[in-house]
Order: sequence, then structure tokens, then C-alpha cells
Amino acid sequence: MSGTSATPLSRDEILAVLDTVMDPEVPVLSVRELGIVRDVSVDAGGAVVVTVTPTYSGCPAIRVIEQDIESALHEAGIADVRIQTVYSPAWTSDWIPAEARAKLKAYGIAPPSPSVTGDLVQLLRAPRTPQCPYCDSRDTEVRSEFGSTACKSICWCRSCGQPFEEFKGI
Amino acid sequence: MTTPSVVPVPGPPPNDEVELLLRLGDDRLVLGHRLSEWCGHAPILEEDIALANVALDLLGQATLFLRRAGAVEGKGRDEDALAYFREAVEFRNCLLVEQPNGDFGFTIARQFLFDVHAVVTLDALSRSTNAEIAALAAKSLKEAKYHVRHSGEWMLKLGDGTDESHRRVQRALDELWRFTPELFVADGVAARLAVQGVAPDLPALRAQWETIVRDVVDRATLTLPHESMHSPHLRGGRTGMHSEHLGHMLAEMQIVARSHPGAKW
Repeated sequence: MSGTSATPLSRDEILAVLDTVMDPEVPVLSVRELGIVRDVSVDAGGAVVVTVTPTYSGCPAIRVIEQDIESALHEAGIADVRIQTVYSPAWTSDWIPAEARAKLKAYGIAPPSPSVTGDLVQLLRAPRTPQCPYCDSRDTEVRSEFGSTACKSICWCRSCGQPFEEFKGI
Repeated sequence: MTTPSVVPVPGPPPNDEVELLLRLGDDRLVLGHRLSEWCGHAPILEEDIALANVALDLLGQATLFLRRAGAVEGKGRDEDALAYFREAVEFRNCLLVEQPNGDFGFTIARQFLFDVHAVVTLDALSRSTNAEIAALAAKSLKEAKYHVRHSGEWMLKLGDGTDESHRRVQRALDELWRFTPELFVADGVAARLAVQGVAPDLPALRAQWETIVRDVVDRATLTLPHESMHSPHLRGGRTGMHSEHLGHMLAEMQIVARSHPGAKW
């Protein structure tokens, strides 16, 4: 954070507040753990600027997330909050750190595999077998690339017979 | 016979960047709306969810491209003004995406042909000399790769499925094939943008597109339609000459916004 500001909180304190703002659709992860919050700064007018990068273009949760960020900072005593959206670099599930992946797995959602790169012909030929978050088996199949939210697919474990969701790797 | 002299067109010169952004945005807006028509009607619940999810992604991408188009155009039009208050002749989408849904096989075939086109186009655009376009393309590309995995899987399931599913998806491919040359036509706008490095050389992308399409079509035990299935007449979407289907679709899509201009919900 640069410049002088009327905000009563330090940068670390602001980030700590943002750690309490959970994703509305994956409530075990904060907006920071998901990598949606890219930066926090103070602009010339003294407003706290939170820079966010949306996950999916059509994710209906992004407006709720922005409102939740504003509300949390207002409650922490910061009156002037501005959300700034940046699209580059594009959001990737690779930004989700190891601790957050463990939380996803404990919640019953298979963590994302590395984002898709390389030749498209090969991509379309390679079957995906996400690791079952319940029994760790790889004997699984993707039943549908799209699940209850934009960021998840629906899978099935042949070993333990449990359906599960996978956080998509993009 | 004498060569006609070139008469300068009056009015401001067309803005190639705006045209490109409208093409990208309108392809996604129109196809996203078509897919949303499946909501509540898809053959199985998972597909109802999947088609609605793809529709949402496409509408989200359309929002980004159209918002940028409005900003570059500089006439104060935002993405909603462009989506709801333009006439069919002002839309720049390709004819492929405005075709009615037909049966599930037809929708999947249309989607697959578009998804592969989206991936190769967005991949090239992510290296555009225009930083804004490159950023939006890189973001959309990640989603497009997911979309093509979905539609590609269904091409395999339907093509290599029952006699009935094979017959229907083959018929869809045959019917839709004539709309695919338009995707790679380099008109003046596309050619000028290619020279500047803003957009890719479209004819060169065609081979890349066909390699991917052919691989899936072959594995799906389907037959890639012959070149003779192309018709030279089925293009014009990029300059606003659409099939009759777009107007009907827009009537439904635009009625609420036009009946209540300025309304917020």
C-alpha cells in the first residue's frame, strides 16, 4: 500500500479482513485463497482499492463477491472502498494454493488439476480421471463437465461408488 | 468495358477494431441466447445444466467484448445498449450461431463446430498486438477449451452411439457444413487487422480448425461433409446480412429491454 490514507487499517489488516470473505458458492475458500483478490492499494483520494480478477466470464457470483468485499471493509471501518476489475493475466485455478486445495478436498470437492495447455487434438483424446476426494482412487469418470456452479464438474468414483464434484482446472 | 473509378464512401471510416469486437461479442451473445433456449428442455438434467453453463460463459464473454466495443466506439453505448437496441442488420455474428436449435444432435454439432473455431481463434487473438483484445481472448480461451471438451465428448457419444443418434448428428453436420466457410473469410476488416497483427490470418486458421474437427469426427465414426456441401451464398453475417432466424430470436431477446427502456433488474 502506498501513500498516506485516511484508512484506519494497515495493509495486513485489510488483507486479514479479506481472508474472512468467503466465496458464496464454495464457502470453505476465501476470495483471497481463490486468487480473486489480486491487490490492495489506496488511491489518490484515499479510497481503498481492491483489485479483483473474476473467475469465469459468466460467473453470477462475482457481483455478490464484490458486494461482500465492500461490506466486510465497511464493517471494518473503511468508508471509501472501490473495486477495480482486471482481466489480465486471466484467472487460473493454478493460483489456488496447497492449503486451500486441502480444504476443498476435505469439503468433498476434488481440487483442480493443472490448467489445460498444449495440443487440442491430444486434449480431446485424453480421458480425465480426477482423484476421488473420499477414497483417493483414480478409477473415476467425469459424468458431466458442468456441475452446480460454473467452476465445478460432476464425477463418479468406481472404487467407492461416491459421486463427487471436481473444481475445474482452467 | 472500362474499369469503374473508385468513389470514396462518405461518412466516417469504419473502425476495424470495433467491427472485430462486435463480431466476437455478437457470436457469443447470439449462441449464448440460443443455448439458453434449452434451459428446462434438455434431454437429461446434466445436459440442461451444462448447456446453461456454456450459455452463461458465452454471455459473460459477450459482455466483455461488447463493453469494449462500446468503449472504443466512443458513442456512449454500453454492452446493454449494443445487445438490446441494435437491429438485426447491425449484428455481426456468423450465420452458424443464429441457426435454430433443432434437436439435441443439431445443437451439439453446431456447438462443436463453433467451439473448435473459438479455441483456434481465441488462441491466436491472445497474441494480438492489441493488449485489451489479447487479455479478453486469453480469458475466454480458458472457457472455450472447456466447452470444446464438452461438445467433443458428445460428438463421440452421439456419432458412435445408436443408429438413430448417428443418423441425426450426421444429418446435422451435413446441414451445418455450409455455414463453416464464413468463419474463415478474410474480408477487408479481417485482412487489415491481420496485417496489423491485431487479428489472425483467418484462412490460415482453417487448416488448424479442420484438423481438430476431423480428428473428432473420424473417431465418432461420422463422415466429414464434402467440400461440395459448402454453398458460396451462405455468408454475410459479418456485414449484417442474416438469415430470417436472427430477427425472430432478437425479437424475443430484446422485447423486455425495449418495452421498459432504462429499467434495472
